[in-house]
Amino acid sequence: MKKICILDYGSGNVRSVFNIVSLIEKQVVISNEPKDIIDATHLILPGVGAFGSSMKKIQKNIPLELLKTAVFNQKKPFLGICVGMQVLADTGHEFGIHKGLGWIPGVVKVLSVDSLPLPHVGWNNIEVVKESVLTKHLPQNSDFYFVHSFCFEPKNEEVVVAHTNYGTDFCSILQKDNIYGVQFHPEKSQQTGKILLENFLRI
Amino acid sequence: MKKKRLIPVLLLRNGWLVQSKGFSEYQNLGNPITAVKRLSQWASDELIYLDISTDENYDMRREDLHNPNRHTIFEILDDVSKRTFMPITIGGKIRTLKDIEDRLSRGADKISINTKPLEDKKFITQAAKQFGSQCVVVSIDVKKIDDSYIVMKNSGSEITKYGAKEWAKIAEECGAGEILLNSVDRDGKKNGYEIPLLQEVSQAVKIPVIACGGAGEWFDFAEAFDESAVDAVAAANVFHHIDQSVYLAKKYLYDNNYKVRPPNLLGIDETL
Repeated sequence: MKKICILDYGSGNVRSVFNIVSLIEKQVVISNEPKDIIDATHLILPGVGAFGSSMKKIQKNIPLELLKTAVFNQKKPFLGICVGMQVLADTGHEFGIHKGLGWIPGVVKVLSVDSLPLPHVGWNNIEVVKESVLTKHLPQNSDFYFVHSFCFEPKNEEVVVAHTNYGTDFCSILQKDNIYGVQFHPEKSQQTGKILLENFLRI
Repeated sequence: MKKKRLIPVLLLRNGWLVQSKGFSEYQNLGNPITAVKRLSQWASDELIYLDISTDENYDMRREDLHNPNRHTIFEILDDVSKRTFMPITIGGKIRTLKDIEDRLSRGADKISINTKPLEDKKFITQAAKQFGSQCVVVSIDVKKIDDSYIVMKNSGSEITKYGAKEWAKIAEECGAGEILLNSVDRDGKKNGYEIPLLQEVSQAVKIPVIACGGAGEWFDFAEAFDESAVDAVAAANVFHHIDQSVYLAKKYLYDNNYKVRPPNLLGIDETL
């Protein structure tokens, strides 16, 4: 039986993530309780907002050592969404320089878009560059819903599963072992978002 | 590549989905939640809900809260966010930051404000600072008066001192993330968008402009994209009256090489 724990650190979009995941699996909780993290088979870290303030809330509200054990020792599938993906980096350069979780080497920087407006808001397609279980059954160049001004620049290109173009190519899906991250919002991306989440929950 | 968007607008009056003509005549179209299911299946890019109840009607509704056929904006939001997984904008009756927070916490992704910023433009900045520019849509109702585009307030009933272009620029400077641009004259007329207005405003600002008011056939969407720099086309009536409307509109645009998401029809049991 699968048990999904959506980590709750005061991020805005937790409810939408819960709603869509509940369509796929029955046992879903929004929680940061040690018990729920221990019981979970899959962990999701949602996110809306700035890097620094999100990291602060994560450090304050989530039992990180326990989470690390679940992710690194027990190898539970972990999905970071939007800022939840960005905080996996070493540092974030939004309103100053902030330390991230450092689970995937890289930095988070503002999108270099020339004259295009920021944030990058709207439907944009991904281009898959590396095979991953996350992108199974997705049509070529699937569109997802994005809302962000910053992007993850990984140190090692091998973690990049897909990128997206908005003035520049940026990493929109990454994976390192059992750790996954998506820059877009699958919970707002209708059918393609649901397929991607199904892929994650099937791992 | 980022896509141009097709956005159905749902006008709510006393909890009912209505059709509007010239911002003054209304016809009841039924249950707003049933409509969402259809619009989801036709793969709309976003939804905009505008609560256009008058204050008087609002009070009437309060007395009738027990009537299950009537829905508050919050009940609608609760239901909608369980049934559909696309960005949702809510407008109408937003006067305070608390009003915004209430809507965002119930599943809205963006809010649309119209009259309040015309009375106090700092409200845009406050909202953007607290919730982020990306969720602040400033809706602008415009009427053509003596060959100028004049901004109207209070559901298009009162003239303001602002020209459309001027007010759009102010809204952008104050921190708006998007402009929802409505032509009061074209509302419900089905004779196409007010193209010169779309041109004027979309050239003046960098933030995305959503065209609204006047769409009657698929070609009208194409014309708005051809003739102006709008980022999205919105419509109410045309999307509610034709079966598979959003799908068909998108198919028309997609087949004619407009940069929209591919048309898609989801199964009856798929509520995404």
